[in-house]
Amino acid sequence: MATQASRAAARLMISPAVVLLLLWMIVPLGMTIYFSFLRYNLLMPGTEAFAGFDNYKYFLTDPAFFTSIKNTLVLVLGVLIITVGGGIALALLLDQPLWGQGIVRVLVIAPFFVMPTVSALVWKNMFFNPVNGLFAYAAKAVGLQPFDFLSQAPMFSIIIIVAWQWLPFATLILLTAMQSLDSEQLEAAEMDGASWGNRFIYIMVPHLTRAVTVVILIQTIFLLSTFAEILVTTNGGPGTATTNLTYLVYMQSLLQFDVGGGSAGGIIAVILANIVAIFLMRMIGKNLET
Amino acid sequence: MGQIELQKVTKSFGETQVIPPLDLVIGEGEFVVFVGPSGCGKSTLLRLIAGLEDISSGTIKIDGKDATDLGPAKRGLAMVFQSYALYPHMSVRKNIAFPLKMAGMEKAAIDAKVEGAAKVLNLGDYLERRPGQLSGGQRQRVAIGRAIVREPAAFLFDEPLSNLDAALRVNMRLEITELHQTLKTTMIYVTHDQVEAMTMADKIVVLHAGRIEQVGSPLELYRTPRNTFVAGFIGSPKMNLLTGAVAKARGVETIGIRPEHVAVSKDSGEWQGRVTVAEHLGSDTFLHVNSDHGGMTVRVGGQMNVGHGDTIWMTPDANHLHRFGADGVRIA
Ligand SMILES: Nc1ncnc2c1ncn2[C@@H]1O[C@H](COP(=O)(O)OP(=O)(O)O)[C@@H](O)[C@H]1O
Ligand SMILES: [Mg+2]
Repeated sequence: MATQASRAAARLMISPAVVLLLLWMIVPLGMTIYFSFLRYNLLMPGTEAFAGFDNYKYFLTDPAFFTSIKNTLVLVLGVLIITVGGGIALALLLDQPLWGQGIVRVLVIAPFFVMPTVSALVWKNMFFNPVNGLFAYAAKAVGLQPFDFLSQAPMFSIIIIVAWQWLPFATLILLTAMQSLDSEQLEAAEMDGASWGNRFIYIMVPHLTRAVTVVILIQTIFLLSTFAEILVTTNGGPGTATTNLTYLVYMQSLLQFDVGGGSAGGIIAVILANIVAIFLMRMIGKNLET
Repeated sequence: MGQIELQKVTKSFGETQVIPPLDLVIGEGEFVVFVGPSGCGKSTLLRLIAGLEDISSGTIKIDGKDATDLGPAKRGLAMVFQSYALYPHMSVRKNIAFPLKMAGMEKAAIDAKVEGAAKVLNLGDYLERRPGQLSGGQRQRVAIGRAIVREPAAFLFDEPLSNLDAALRVNMRLEITELHQTLKTTMIYVTHDQVEAMTMADKIVVLHAGRIEQVGSPLELYRTPRNTFVAGFIGSPKMNLLTGAVAKARGVETIGIRPEHVAVSKDSGEWQGRVTVAEHLGSDTFLHVNSDHGGMTVRVGGQMNVGHGDTIWMTPDANHLHRFGADGVRIA
C-alpha cells in the first residue's frame, strides 16, 4: 500500500467492518451507561426516572460488594496458581517421549471441550456430593466422615471446578512453548554441569515466561467473568461466600428486577476489569516485548 | 589429560545402525577433525563422545578410565554447538559464568575467569549484552568462552563455523587454531568442509556412512588416500577419477590424478579435451574439460590464455598418479 490513493481506498473498504464493530460495542455500552442513571425496576413499569448516581451509590455501599470483589480476586488468583503450576508440570510430563503420547494429549485437552455448566454439574453431583459423590465414597471407604465441599469449602470447590476447565488451556500453551525450546540449549546446560533442577530453573522457566504471561492475561480476562459454575453449584452462597462481581450484577438486575442497579454494577465491573488489565500489563506485559 | 579412546563403539537408532563398530584413539593435545558428507554420522559420533547419546555397545575411555556410563557433565568435556546454544535470557557474562556457577565456584573467582576468557576472545565490551544483540561471530566466541572457562579435558566442536559468512569463517578458523596452540588442549572438530579439515587438523578422520575410511595427517590423506572415497573427498578441486580404457591400460580399475598434477599444453600431450568452463582465480585458472575419458578438472597458471571451446592436451604427472583396484582400495 504505497500510494496515497491505494491507502485511501484501503481505508474506505475497511470502514464498514470497523463501523459495524464499533456500533456492536458502543451501543450496548451506551445503553448500559444510560440505564445505570435511571431508576428502572421491571416490577414497576412506567416509573423510570433519572436517578443520578443513586444506583452507583446503592451498589457500592451494598455490603455484598466488597465481599464480591474479594471473592472475584480469590477465584482468579486461585485458578491462576493451580493452572499455571499444574500446566507447567503437565507440559513437562507430556513433553517426555512416552508410549501412547497422542492419546494422553487428547485426554488432557478434553476438559476444555466440556461446557462450563456441564462440568460444574458433573463435579457437583459426581464428586462433591456428600452422599453419592466419589469423594464421599472414598472418605467412607477409609472410615472418614464425608466432607460437604460445596457448603463447607464453597470457594475452594469452585476454584477446583474452574481450574479443572482451564488446566488444558494452560497445559496446551505451555507444552507448545516447551517444545519450542531448543534442545541444544538443554544439552549445553547438561554439559555445563546443570542438574535437572538447575536446567528447569535457569533454562526452562525463563523460556516459559512469555507463555506463562499469555496464559495469565487470557485466563484473567475470562476468569473475571466466571458465572455458570457458580450459578449451577452454589448460587453465590452460602450467604455471599461465592458471590463474585458478575454474580452480584446478575442478582441485582435479574433476581431483584433492578435494571438500573444492575447496569451500574455492570459499569463498575467494566471499570474494575480495566484497572486489573492495566495493572497486569504493567506488571507482566514487558515479558511480551521482544 | 585429554586422551580419548573408542573401542568397538556402535550406535543404532531403532533398527538403523548409524555407527557400525568403530575403533579410534585420540591422543592428548591433538586437533582431530571428523570430516565426511552430510548425514554420515559425524555429529552422532561426537555426541556419543560427549555423552549426550548412549552408545549401543562398546567402550569409551577418557584418560584411560572407562567413561561409557558417565553422564555428560562428569566427562570433563566441553562442547560448542552448531547453533551456539547460548542461553538467550542471560547476558554474555552470565552465559560464560554458567558452567562455573553450576560447579559451585565462588563469585570472585568466577568474575576473574570470565574477565580472563573475555580478554582472550575480545569480548570485553560485550559482557553485559544479551546473545540476541551480538553478531554471528561474537556469538560463536561467547560459545567458545563458555567452553574454555571450564578448562575441560577436551573441546568438542560440531560444525561451529557453518552459520558464519565466508570471510568470518576464515577468521574464526584461524582463531580456533590459535586457541588450540595456546591451550594445547585436545580438540575434536566436526565439519563437512574438507578445506576446514585440511587447514586445521593435526589428524583427520574421514567418515563415510558411519565407517572410518581413513585416519591420518592432512598431507598423508592428500598424498596417499586409501581409497577412491577419500581421494575424491579430500582436496579442492576434487581429484579426477578416471575409469575405463585409460585405467585398464595401467592395469587397474580406476586411476586418480589431482587437477594440480596435470601438465596442460595447447599442442601436444597424452589426453585431448575441450575446455567447457574456465574459472579464473587470478593466480590460477581451473579448467573444466570434456576429455576422451570423461569430465576432468585441471589447474593451470593464471597467465595461460585459454577459454571456452579451446582444445587442450593434458599429461598426468606419473609420480602423482593414484591407482585403485576394483574394490576402490589404493594399489601402492
Ligand atoms: N535421534 C535420531 N534418531 C534417528 N536417527 C538419527 C538421529 N540422529 C541422527 N540420526 C541419523 O543418523 C545419521 C547421522 O546423523 P548425523 O550424525 O547428524 O550426521 P552428520 O552430523 O554427519 O551430518 C543420519 O542418517 C540421521 O538421519
Ligand atoms: Mg551434523
